Amino acid sequence: MSDLPRLEISRRGVLAGTAMLSASPAIPARAAPVQNEPAPLMPVRFKVNGKDRQLSLDPRTTLLDALREHLHLTGTKKGCDHGQCGACTVIVEGRRINSCLSLAVMHEGDAVTTIEGLGTPQKLHPMQAAFVKHDGYQCGYCTPGQICSAVAVLGEIERGVPSHVQADLTASPRATNLELRERMSGNICRCGAYSNIADAMKDVIGSEVAG
Amino acid sequence: MKAFTYERARDPVAAARAVAARQGARFIAGGTNLLDLMKLEIETPAHLVDVQDLGFDRIEPTAEGGLRIGALVTNTDLAADHRVRRDYGVLSRAILAGASGQLRNKATTAGNLLQRTRCPYFYDTNMACNKRKPGSGCAAIGGYSRQLGVIGVSDTCIATFPGDMAVALRLLDAVVETIDAEGLTRAIPIADFHRLWGNRPEQDTVLRPGELLTSVTLPRPLGGRHHYEKVRDRASYAFALVSVAAVIQPDGTGRVAFGGVAPKPWRVEAAEALLPQGAAAVTARAFQGATPTKDNAFKLPLATRALAAVLAQKD
Repeated sequence: MSDLPRLEISRRGVLAGTAMLSASPAIPARAAPVQNEPAPLMPVRFKVNGKDRQLSLDPRTTLLDALREHLHLTGTKKGCDHGQCGACTVIVEGRRINSCLSLAVMHEGDAVTTIEGLGTPQKLHPMQAAFVKHDGYQCGYCTPGQICSAVAVLGEIERGVPSHVQADLTASPRATNLELRERMSGNICRCGAYSNIADAMKDVIGSEVAG
Repeated sequence: MKAFTYERARDPVAAARAVAARQGARFIAGGTNLLDLMKLEIETPAHLVDVQDLGFDRIEPTAEGGLRIGALVTNTDLAADHRVRRDYGVLSRAILAGASGQLRNKATTAGNLLQRTRCPYFYDTNMACNKRKPGSGCAAIGGYSRQLGVIGVSDTCIATFPGDMAVALRLLDAVVETIDAEGLTRAIPIADFHRLWGNRPEQDTVLRPGELLTSVTLPRPLGGRHHYEKVRDRASYAFALVSVAAVIQPDGTGRVAFGGVAPKPWRVEAAEALLPQGAAAVTARAFQGATPTKDNAFKLPLATRALAAVLAQKD
């Protein structure tokens, strides 16, 4: 009958499509993809949420796509796919990175933690619980990236990594509201839940100090 | 993204050889700028040589009393190093004023120096751009040029170098060290590292094909008060409209370099000699011969005001 491929619409497909549309206006219209011969698949082995994983990937595969499309860990979100929004933030070897701007094959031997590795619905990570308590989201699309970033930010403050808003560079940083906002600036929230996110982080810091 | 092959280099000369030997081969370290450009097919390398295992990830003292920063030291680690915070505050401040926590965790010292312009016409593949496609023209000239260069630009390209770290390195007279496919090393003063566009805007730096950055060396500390004042459209995570790096000595002399205004960090030694006369005297000399557009002429008074704000600060 028709040579056209059957059009399948999934919720995920629609979400991915609209996420591309809502990306920053700094991203111009892109050129049509050029067809060229793909390189042979490459083996890569890394640890994701404590579990050894082995994949065979086109070298072009980003860490984000490896997590979502190959390991089906869809908690990590694709927002702008250009490192501008932070929705894809994961923790690699203890440090938060944009998983969209990193090739999976470059992570041979690395330990990766995603939102699925921080906590589960039955046993929430304290940061996840604090986001729920303080309403640190509306639509929730940026939330996994926000939470991974927030957990890593507390680690950075503890390790003494300085920030742009620190008055005395040689002093140890303190987790003030201004500090938390500056350090979270790589995670954009289209719904504007920033105040509640800062409150959630402050809550976790407070309970860690108290407990 | 166009297809490419990938290898992980085991030693610096082998890495340089792998890139020199093959048309369209590129080094990759943090990848935060290169992969962004590859997704847009602005960069289309046929082969990537991953340099992450080469061991250039340390910051060590030099015999001259300065520091040697490995090319692979991340922006986060460089800004957080206690020696850099104590003796080269302007460098920590410049790095921390740029990008986001996530990007600074991955971006390297070498990659930061080699990042490409953020001119919107360079990023839009539907537009003419001599830097992206030599000879195609420059849509930025006569276009939307608010963010673009006011000095050192040419009639083929008015893009700026976008980074913050390099502005501090220029102020500090850092030296870039490289190795090539024959194992020959070269030391390039940062002042000579980035090019003015002239009629070859596609060439950002003086590096030769296959030449690999190994380290950046800082001379002895300068003392004085260290400042990095960055003016941008939002309070965090945005490129500079204008930035000022400065080291001011107790007697009022010092050094000044500007970011966001030119194809390279903009420092005019004859201008900084006028520091005791105030900000307006310095910027009048530093921006002598400037060729701003109607859209970006505001950068000239903004540079004066940003420097005045720096000079008004006291410890």
